[in-house]
Amino acid sequence: MNNLVARAKELLNSNSVQVVIGYETGPTGVARPAFITNSEKADRLIYDERCVQNLAVYLTKHEVRKLGKAAIVATLPVMRSIMMLISEQQIIGENLVVLGISSEGNLLDIADIRVMQGIIEKSDLSNPPEYRELLAALNKMSPEEKFAYWQKELSKCIKCYACRQACPMCYCTRCTVEVNQPQWIPVQANTHGNMEWHILRAMHLAGRCISCGECGRSCPVGIPCHLLTMHLTDKVFNYFKVYAGTSDKMSSVMSTYEPNDKESFII
Amino acid sequence: METTRKLIRKQSLEKLYKLLSETRKIYAPVIAADKQVEYKYNPAFSDITFDHIRSTLSAKNVVFPKVENLFTFTNSKTESTINDIDLNKIPEVILWGAHPCDNAAFDILRSIFCWDITDEFFSKRLEKLVVIGLSCHQSDDYCFCTSVGLAPESSKGSDILLSRLQNGDYHAQILTEKGNSILNMAGELFEPVSAEKELITEVKGKFSHEQVTEKLKTAFENPFWVENSLRCIGCGACAYVCPTCACFDIQDETKGKNGKRYRSWDSCGFGLFTLHTSGHNPREVQSQRWRQRIMHKFSYMPERNESLGCVGCGRCSSGCPVDMNIAEQLEALQKI
Repeated sequence: MNNLVARAKELLNSNSVQVVIGYETGPTGVARPAFITNSEKADRLIYDERCVQNLAVYLTKHEVRKLGKAAIVATLPVMRSIMMLISEQQIIGENLVVLGISSEGNLLDIADIRVMQGIIEKSDLSNPPEYRELLAALNKMSPEEKFAYWQKELSKCIKCYACRQACPMCYCTRCTVEVNQPQWIPVQANTHGNMEWHILRAMHLAGRCISCGECGRSCPVGIPCHLLTMHLTDKVFNYFKVYAGTSDKMSSVMSTYEPNDKESFII
Repeated sequence: METTRKLIRKQSLEKLYKLLSETRKIYAPVIAADKQVEYKYNPAFSDITFDHIRSTLSAKNVVFPKVENLFTFTNSKTESTINDIDLNKIPEVILWGAHPCDNAAFDILRSIFCWDITDEFFSKRLEKLVVIGLSCHQSDDYCFCTSVGLAPESSKGSDILLSRLQNGDYHAQILTEKGNSILNMAGELFEPVSAEKELITEVKGKFSHEQVTEKLKTAFENPFWVENSLRCIGCGACAYVCPTCACFDIQDETKGKNGKRYRSWDSCGFGLFTLHTSGHNPREVQSQRWRQRIMHKFSYMPERNESLGCVGCGRCSSGCPVDMNIAEQLEALQKI
């Protein structure tokens, strides 16, 4: 990805940005996030099919922010996360350079948020094809089967909160599970406590999840927790005809009311 | 105790397993449906894996469960009645087929849990534990036991250590009285050692832990910590998969008049971990928490517990969602 390296060098040399957030190869061959602050180190940047982590999670991280203005390597899920973060007033779009990557893996020229919005609008925003089969299989299950499936999966949870920490939309400085006076969600990682956590997490992401799948990918014990939020993405689209991360002025589906909202789900 | 060396044939292992499972619980690694290797109580012998490099979670759950009830209580208008947990009900368990890194971790955990006051729960579980270890005949890039004073065939922490032979049989080193009691119980299954070669993997050294410990004495304020932890997202995966991480949280949960106090795994990677009631947090940002993790294992523990807090299993690195590779970082740290 020579274009990407050249662009990163240019941005750093001209001091247009102070850090480029991208990917590099780790010692065991996996792609991982890289924070390039010096153009001499920009050659480490890579982009290939291994680069799947949603880097937008770092845009709200205190120590990354402290580095200064950032450029970020952004595939579609990252671009959508950026839109969400702007619309939820967590970041300022003008303070960010987006090094967009097309679905074919080419560097896109993104001058501003409007250009990025155009690219997002032209893209397929539904849940990625690789997850659709599993989602459809889950939808076919009876409520009892679904409950048994999730009980089995969630019993593995160790409450490491990697799902939360990996998610760009889980940026709260104090999560509900950390509110301990009183303790709302049981701390112990038993099936009951795990279920409460994962349901809470999914509900907080309803209408906000941009279907990157990072929560499931980051889970060290392999719980497909991304299927919970992706299922809600489908639900939200069915009811409200919107996908998250399509505009910098989106209002949250679950916290706004429109007189013509469907209410068929209220019994 | 002097080590006894024996041979146990592949087909005799199953007989040994069956014999032991008649009287005790067995905790052994199996390959789950999603291909992850996990420890289970009393799995079918045919499900046990003898070829895994590392299980996702370590075996520490057997002595330090992810949730341990400490006592139960009943409240009335005037008083609370506390009911202790009957520690004698903690069962005898055989840890079967755990690798030397996991087994060496028990002594490290003991140095924490029994440092000044003996933790009754932990020490009872350890007392009731017999470890039948399995030397490693395979390893990968995440393994670094040889950099922390261990080896793929270390016997530390095992009561019996099995090593695979080229023909599929196993050599068994009987290392402790606990191991000897198994030998006495199933003597007919053990034969004299053979001349067959033991299959032991090679794990390359990556750093010198002595040098790392030395370097850490003056590295507290080094920019290394910020630079190398930018990608850390602050989850607790590394601590929870670690065989030696021992931090726990204590909580009361009540339902009506009844309740219980339990402890559950905690992690120094979490922001809440050191948050004071005043609102002040001495480890406010992730780099400080990452530094704490390394300092604790490679500086504070050697100083206070006279042992490293790491066995080189590589789980924290292989399980990390953002590739915070500890061996790579210690190698780099050695050079600063």
